[in-house]
Amino acid sequence: MSYITKPAITHPDLPRNAVGLTLRDYEGSMSTLCAGCGHDSVSAAIMQAYFELAIEPHRVAKVSGIGCSSKTPTYFLGGAHGFNSVHGRMPSIATGANAANRQLQYIGVSGDGDSLSIGLGQFAHAIRRNVNMLYMLENNGVYGLTKGQFSASADKGSKAKKGDANAYSPIDPALLAISLGCTFVGRSFSGDKEHLVPLIKSAISHSGFALLDIISPCVTFNDHEGSTKSYAHTREHMRETVYADFVGQHEEIVTRVEPGEYRQVTMHDGSRVGLRRVDDTYDPTDRISAISYIEKYRAGGAVVTGLLYVEESSEDMHSTLGSAEQAMSDLPYEKLNPGAEALKRIQARWR
Amino acid sequence: MKPTNSSDPDHFHRVVDCQWGCPAHTDVPRYIRQIAQGDFTGAYLENRKSNVFPGVLGRVCDRPCEPACRRGRLDETPVAICRLKRVAADLSDDIRDKLPPKGPSNGKRIACVGAGCASLTVANDLLPLGYDITIFEQHDKPGGLMRTNIPSFRLPAEVLDDEINLIVERGVDLRLNTAVTSMTELLDEGFDAVFVGTGAPRGKDLELPGRHDSDRIHIGIDWLESVAFDHTEEIGENVLIIGVGNTAMDCCRSALRLGGKNVSVLARKPRGWFKASAWELEDAEEEDVSILINHSPKAFIVEDGVLKGMTFDKLHYDITDNNKLSKPQVLEEVFLPCDDVILAIGQDNAFPWIERDIGMRFNQYDAPDVDEVTHGVEVPGVFFGGDSAFGPKNIIWAVEHGHRAAISIHKYCAGEDITERPARGMNLLSTKMGIHEWSYSNDFDDSERRQMRHVELTERFKNIRIEVELGFDPEQTAREVERCLNCDVQTVFSAKDCIECDACMDVCPVYCLTITDNCDEADLRTRLRAPASNAEQILFVSDALPQTGKVMVKDENLCIHCGLCAERCPTGAWDMRKSQLIIPYATDKEGRCQLTTG
Ligand SMILES: Cc1cc2nc3c(=O)[nH]c(=O)nc-3n(C[C@H](O)[C@H](O)[C@H](O)COP(=O)(O)OP(=O)(O)OC[C@H]3O[C@@H](n4cnc5c(N)ncnc54)[C@H](O)[C@@H]3O)c2cc1C
Ligand SMILES: Cc1ncc(C[n+]2csc(CCOP(=O)(O)OP(=O)(O)O)c2C)c(N)n1
Ligand code: SF4
Ligand code: SF4
Ligand code: SF4
Ligand SMILES: [Mg+2]
Repeated sequence: MSYITKPAITHPDLPRNAVGLTLRDYEGSMSTLCAGCGHDSVSAAIMQAYFELAIEPHRVAKVSGIGCSSKTPTYFLGGAHGFNSVHGRMPSIATGANAANRQLQYIGVSGDGDSLSIGLGQFAHAIRRNVNMLYMLENNGVYGLTKGQFSASADKGSKAKKGDANAYSPIDPALLAISLGCTFVGRSFSGDKEHLVPLIKSAISHSGFALLDIISPCVTFNDHEGSTKSYAHTREHMRETVYADFVGQHEEIVTRVEPGEYRQVTMHDGSRVGLRRVDDTYDPTDRISAISYIEKYRAGGAVVTGLLYVEESSEDMHSTLGSAEQAMSDLPYEKLNPGAEALKRIQARWR
Repeated sequence: MKPTNSSDPDHFHRVVDCQWGCPAHTDVPRYIRQIAQGDFTGAYLENRKSNVFPGVLGRVCDRPCEPACRRGRLDETPVAICRLKRVAADLSDDIRDKLPPKGPSNGKRIACVGAGCASLTVANDLLPLGYDITIFEQHDKPGGLMRTNIPSFRLPAEVLDDEINLIVERGVDLRLNTAVTSMTELLDEGFDAVFVGTGAPRGKDLELPGRHDSDRIHIGIDWLESVAFDHTEEIGENVLIIGVGNTAMDCCRSALRLGGKNVSVLARKPRGWFKASAWELEDAEEEDVSILINHSPKAFIVEDGVLKGMTFDKLHYDITDNNKLSKPQVLEEVFLPCDDVILAIGQDNAFPWIERDIGMRFNQYDAPDVDEVTHGVEVPGVFFGGDSAFGPKNIIWAVEHGHRAAISIHKYCAGEDITERPARGMNLLSTKMGIHEWSYSNDFDDSERRQMRHVELTERFKNIRIEVELGFDPEQTAREVERCLNCDVQTVFSAKDCIECDACMDVCPVYCLTITDNCDEADLRTRLRAPASNAEQILFVSDALPQTGKVMVKDENLCIHCGLCAERCPTGAWDMRKSQLIIPYATDKEGRCQLTTG
């Protein structure tokens, strides 16, 4: 933890986005995480994505649980709304907040411990409801905050810092999400912003639950030899499938001359995501083949990254419920509280 | 790009913009830290090492360090480097016992012609080595233009006397009122080497109709000299100063103190094309001098031997797209009445006392051809420095010339090749004190530049000797020192330790750091996190990083040396290390040029 705060002075010619803000306007407080923590790098990617999308911080709500990862919303988008919930309960808070005000953008930040152990049930149900939010699962294979115990995402046989091997097989959050019907699933690496930033932008523009499983090394407790979530191991074993190239609503498509097939999917808000397949055998819109592809490479120890699965015609929670467009706080009192007579009529239905 | 060779002393030297910009390479951030710690004597000595006249320069230096200062690119105003130098000089203890005494005589005799700052520096550097030094000066006081031309309201005589005495009293044979009239004769006196520091003594004249019809038309530097020696004590109420350089500023402000009421400075060109330093203009305008632009002098109007005024062509310029002036267009002729005119349009070298048949080559400006490194000329053992070498510059350049010439003289007397120069060196020392603690003040202080306090306008004209600037008070000093970014505390990178977690590039407040694929410089500059459009500022490029083979690139332009990159680095790949440039001087104990004789 640094003793000084990051000085406000910056490069005088810093680019400004469409709403006139610089990247520095997307910062939060100074991080108190360990130097070199992958989570800080993910925060930087989040700031970059919101900056590039020109979303004003006050249009965003940040929610999180408990863990080093869950601390990070303090370190980005200082001007956003936020709620730091109890361990594993972020999905409920997000669901409730989203139900009350669908005008805000929701970003949930969680860890592998927070989401896959204590919060697994909540995680599953937020997916099932298709809450319109970006769910960042900052995955380091350990409980960082409580000093590095294996989490449920740790690979079987991977070594703890002191050398003990993990005895259990891992939960793969991406596979789990796809099988639960998640409508947008991606995986990336904190140490590769070129891929992470466009993926975050695409996920933000998705209508419905978008899960990003980000391998985000715990530099203090899980970056040693024998770890399968270290910087070096992740770089060696990453296998990119589909590179998501986010194209804004009004932006020109700049065709990149690169190998592989290129196609586009149009997101709910009219923006497009260009999908460049690095591996031709992979189809990110086909659930069954996606699952088997990920399974196949997982067995060989590879970390499949990219936009793994996307369902264009996703219906989020509000469409299913038919709820009001406005935030509840904007509804007139009579509508929010139709009165005793209305209550009686409702109760009469079950008599 | 090739990986940067940061073991080349120039690499880190360039990062310290002020020091790189200073002709004498004064270690500015170091002395600013010494002031911050209350070590004014240390700060004075640090200055004196390279610039010899800190009290003088803390007041009147041309301060090329300030436009170079990194702080100026970040929040518009540079650190008040020069003002802080004066703080060190004002508050330093007597340092006499800290200077090396004249060494035991080595039997070599050196003649210096002229007692200006260049010659005095040569004496300062050679005295401890045991040389017998004779300075010949035509005037009855030493100091050169520092005494005769820089007015005492900018530079009090006591300050000048003090710093000259620090040199002379250690055993220089200073011969005042002794003009050297013949180089041949001087060489015949058997000196082992001769240093010429006679300055650029001839003020330019303006041959226009009426020029020689009145005695109220003065040449600026001659007029200032006669003011300095109290030969001139008054001037008419209406004064026109021709030219808008620093000499003009001294002339107009001096005129105001000798009875001038309406003093105007006439410039041929518009503002922005003036030669005077911004601060000198500011000080003159504060004193209500009017500066008239686009006036080209035409004639002196003298009636019955009395100067009535001058006529000028009023000009118009267009400014071209690339910010150049078009050829002027004459709008009208105007007449400006006056009692005196002072011509302040430049100086030339003049060497009437050097015979042209002694084997010294003179160039098209009738000045000797002087070698820029050794300061030698065709005649072995003769060296030039200061304004006499390459035309009028300033004090700090003259001092640097003096240092270089002293090295040459020392080598020459030892029979060594003077073209082989001692090399500069560089020391690096980590400033790490704890996990996130450094031995320098790394937090950015957003204070604005402190403004110099001046003597009230109602007071300052009473006597030409009243120094206008009051210096910084303790509160101003305490603030200003914190504005310095400590650019000498360098970000030193070790590629083999980098795990590419991006922490440093994410935390950097000014986005100087980027990890990217390597390519040529032009391309690389387009790939950096923030615009890297200042091509004068270097890029650091690391060796290939172990995990991906990419490189770490740092654009040095706007780094605020906050150390956050090093604080956020988990592996210690970045460290904040204080660089100290080792500048060779003639006096260096370990210097390569050691005299064996005497
Ligand atoms: C009006 C004015 C204002 C200036 N203001 C500044 C300023 O604010 N800051 C700054 O940095 N610079 C300033 N300068 C420039 C600066 O003064 C000179 O660049 C500097 O003094 C040059 O030093 P020097 O040792 O080469 O020569 P000088 O200072 O010119 O000294 C030469 C000496 O040699 C003596 N001499 C000459 N010929 C002979 C001879 N034949 N025999 C014996 N003695 C001889 C002269 O009498 C003189 O004392 C100013 C110049 C002028 C004209
Ligand atoms: C109800 C409850 N149980 C247990 C804890 C202890 N605890 C704090 S953080 C944490 C695990 C965090 O792991 P993860 O979500 O992976 O975060 P990381 O620190 O690795 O980013 C646990 C078990 C708690 N805070 N609250
Ligand atoms: S303990 Fe691990 S996860 Fe937590 S801040 Fe440190 S490096 Fe990051
Ligand atoms: S900030 Fe300080 S060290 Fe850097 S250039 Fe300016 S005066 Fe020199
Ligand atoms: S010291 Fe490091 S973090 Fe601070 S400005 Fe310089 S490069 Fe950036
Ligand atoms: Mg974890």
